[in-house]
Amino acid sequence: MGQAIAFYTLAALILGFSVLVITAKSAVHSILFLVADFLFVAGLYVLLGAQFLAVIQVVVYAGGIMVLYLFVVMLVNLKRPPEAHQDRRRRSRLGLLFSLVVCAELVLIGAYKLASPASLVPPAAPMGPHNVEQVGWLLYTDYLIPFEVASMLLLVAMIGAIVLARREL
Amino acid sequence: MERDQARRMFDTDEMVINMGPQHPATHGVLRVVLKLDGEKVVDADVVIGYLHRGIEKLSENRDWTQIVLLTDRMDYVASAAANLAYVETVEKLLSLEVPRRAQYVRTILAELQRIASHLVWLGSHAMDIGAVTVFLYCLRERELILDLFEEFCGARLTYNTMRIGGLPQDVPPLWDKKVLQFCDLQIEKLAEYETLLTKNRIWLERTKGIGVISAADAISGGLCGPPLRGSGVRRDVRKDEPYAAYPEFEFDIPVGEHGDTYDRYLVRLAEIRQSVRILRQAVEGLPEGPVMGKVPRLIKPPAGETYHANESPKGEIGYFIASDGKSTSPYRMRVRPPSFCNLQALPQLVRGHLVADVIAVIGTIDIVLGEVDR
Amino acid sequence: MIDLIVLPLIKIVIVLTGILVTVMYLVLLERKVQAWVQVRLGPMRVGPHGVLQPIADVLKLFIKEDITPVRADKWVYTLAPIIVLVPALIAFAVIPFGPEVSIFGKPVPLYLADLNIGVLYVVAVASIGVYGIILGGWSSNSKYPLLGALRSSAQLISYELAVTMTFVAVILASGSLSMVQIVEAQRANGVWFAFVQPVSLFIYFVGGLAETNRAPFDLPEAESELVAGFHTEYSGMRFALFFLAEYANMIVVSGIATTLFFGGWLPPFPSQIFGLVPGWIWFVLKTFLLLYLFLWIRATLPRYRYDQLMRLGWKLLIPLALANILVVAAVKVALTR
Repeated sequence: MGQAIAFYTLAALILGFSVLVITAKSAVHSILFLVADFLFVAGLYVLLGAQFLAVIQVVVYAGGIMVLYLFVVMLVNLKRPPEAHQDRRRRSRLGLLFSLVVCAELVLIGAYKLASPASLVPPAAPMGPHNVEQVGWLLYTDYLIPFEVASMLLLVAMIGAIVLARREL
Repeated sequence: MERDQARRMFDTDEMVINMGPQHPATHGVLRVVLKLDGEKVVDADVVIGYLHRGIEKLSENRDWTQIVLLTDRMDYVASAAANLAYVETVEKLLSLEVPRRAQYVRTILAELQRIASHLVWLGSHAMDIGAVTVFLYCLRERELILDLFEEFCGARLTYNTMRIGGLPQDVPPLWDKKVLQFCDLQIEKLAEYETLLTKNRIWLERTKGIGVISAADAISGGLCGPPLRGSGVRRDVRKDEPYAAYPEFEFDIPVGEHGDTYDRYLVRLAEIRQSVRILRQAVEGLPEGPVMGKVPRLIKPPAGETYHANESPKGEIGYFIASDGKSTSPYRMRVRPPSFCNLQALPQLVRGHLVADVIAVIGTIDIVLGEVDR
Repeated sequence: MIDLIVLPLIKIVIVLTGILVTVMYLVLLERKVQAWVQVRLGPMRVGPHGVLQPIADVLKLFIKEDITPVRADKWVYTLAPIIVLVPALIAFAVIPFGPEVSIFGKPVPLYLADLNIGVLYVVAVASIGVYGIILGGWSSNSKYPLLGALRSSAQLISYELAVTMTFVAVILASGSLSMVQIVEAQRANGVWFAFVQPVSLFIYFVGGLAETNRAPFDLPEAESELVAGFHTEYSGMRFALFFLAEYANMIVVSGIATTLFFGGWLPPFPSQIFGLVPGWIWFVLKTFLLLYLFLWIRATLPRYRYDQLMRLGWKLLIPLALANILVVAAVKVALTR
């Protein structure tokens, strides 16, 4: 009962803030609402018993990646005033197209779930208090290769960024 | 002007920012306009004049003795040095003989003043770079010097302590013993400052290689004092054109090697040690006798002009005085302030450094705006 | 019912009050300690030996005029100091002040929560605190506070990496992420982690100095710098919150160092006499010694230039922290063989 209340509150907050993200006038406000979203998603993870994932979500996503976004937005604002798009009709046409695509996806998901309900049920047992160890085991045994590939990806991205941004000193 | 700057700010990567005239680290009302490329200083433009009081013009309407008061207020951190240079210039015009005891006491006062000025320099320089404690330690010792001056002439900052022909009064009893005691204490405390700074890696990183000027550039730029000596040039007015009682004392001229901020720091610390050496010799050899020479009641130097320089803590302070022989004021007095001449090197010293180094460089040149602007 | 709501509430109130009072008096302590190092006395007028000075300071900040720059973003401008202060305060939720004691017959643990991911929680909370600084600088609608804020926050996130890596080393040694378990591991070991992993402690402490913007890493805040600090445009209550947050962060860093490296509530030697002193007193004592170290360092050292600061964090501390993890892991594997 308490879980249900918590879940629906969090879900409502997440959806509400998501709407604010796309309707906010200032880019910085958008980012702040998105950060709030991530914090609530971390709350969802806690409800599911995945505390490790929740904290990692805060540390990496809300505390790292979004800070980077914020830096970029602030520095870009510094250099040039934002250019307003002239063609309103083009924007709303694109918007309509994308929302139709999303709706189609949602319909597909709903149909798939109705067709095979079993595969979408979350595991019965929650992770328990030792989820750090469990995640660690899984990462380094079953999912070792994806883990290493992901770290290589990040390394390549970092090196690329440094090479691009490097000035002749 | 502002729109221009704004356009420039958006177009290129260069930014123009203004430092001062009200700024905690410019040691007075100094304004520096910096042109930055990111954090690197591309150029610096020094704007002075905020403390101009027209001292040279005022002196044209003052009595020769009254001008000593004006000279106090140029370099207010080292008034005795400016006083001394002025009275010696007038004595040169008058061809006046100053008694030996007066020469000795004048030297003692000048060297005490040198130590006091260097203590203020060290304290504020260290404080700008972040070592706040050094400031208070230096001021603690400076208080003792100010006490000595107060006993002698009644003032702590603007001494008015020399007269044409000698000194206004003799030293109070036991004053010379107190000077010796101070010397011992100062040497002890110097070790304290060195512990905090000389081998401290953060201090080294903030001062080594910062504000480098070569000996050739220093000479051609007209630098004087510790900025010149820090680059390796052995030039000190006390040795090259001796005045007061300096010919009778033994002392060394500390000279640096690389011409960076760290060397200037070492040079000034070594100068404090040499000053203590001179003080000890002066006090021990203090002769008896009068402290005032044979000065005419009305001081009216004959027509003529002369230039005479001293080594103030900041560099060579010189007075060019032209007298027309008729009036009781100089026809023209022109001061060669060491801070003004040294400050001209600032753009060259900060070019290529980061913004945070500008503060270190202003500190290392050791300027007093009163002297720069007069 | 009592256990679920009343007890935690009472603990929260005690902890928050304690922290806020400690922060206020830490400010006074800093002024006094700096003064004594500098051969002077510090605040002496308000109350005997200046003891009531913090109250005067708080009152002054309360009654100051509330200035908001004209084109500042009002919401963010007010939110920024809160975003800096709240993480500093909620970090105390996982710091264990003492073991389980029995009060009126009830076993009461002297900590607010024993999270199984306690250490990570602290890291998460610290990374949220960075937002307050960035937003504080940005919302002042002025170029120089913004640049100062960006520099400050870049400094913070750089040193966060090194600090988090020292946490990894401690976790390797203790085998758990829970703060309480880490203290228990130190009790089981018999030796505090400070003596087992001094390198970790060194990196953590230097990183902690940088994280809290304290000397010698306080360039973004120094008055003699050109690019003004992020809280230039703030005054009154909002500035008070920034100020409080800085000192609360100092206490958090010291508290975590005490827990992770100095045995938390454990007495120096497990003997009878020391056992008489309650655990939380040991905790407070150790934390205060570390805070004194913060103050001592500020009074003594000059400050690093910004590029030297960043170079120290990236080129020295992070490789050192990585090497440290390697060594600790190797030793642990060797010992368990």
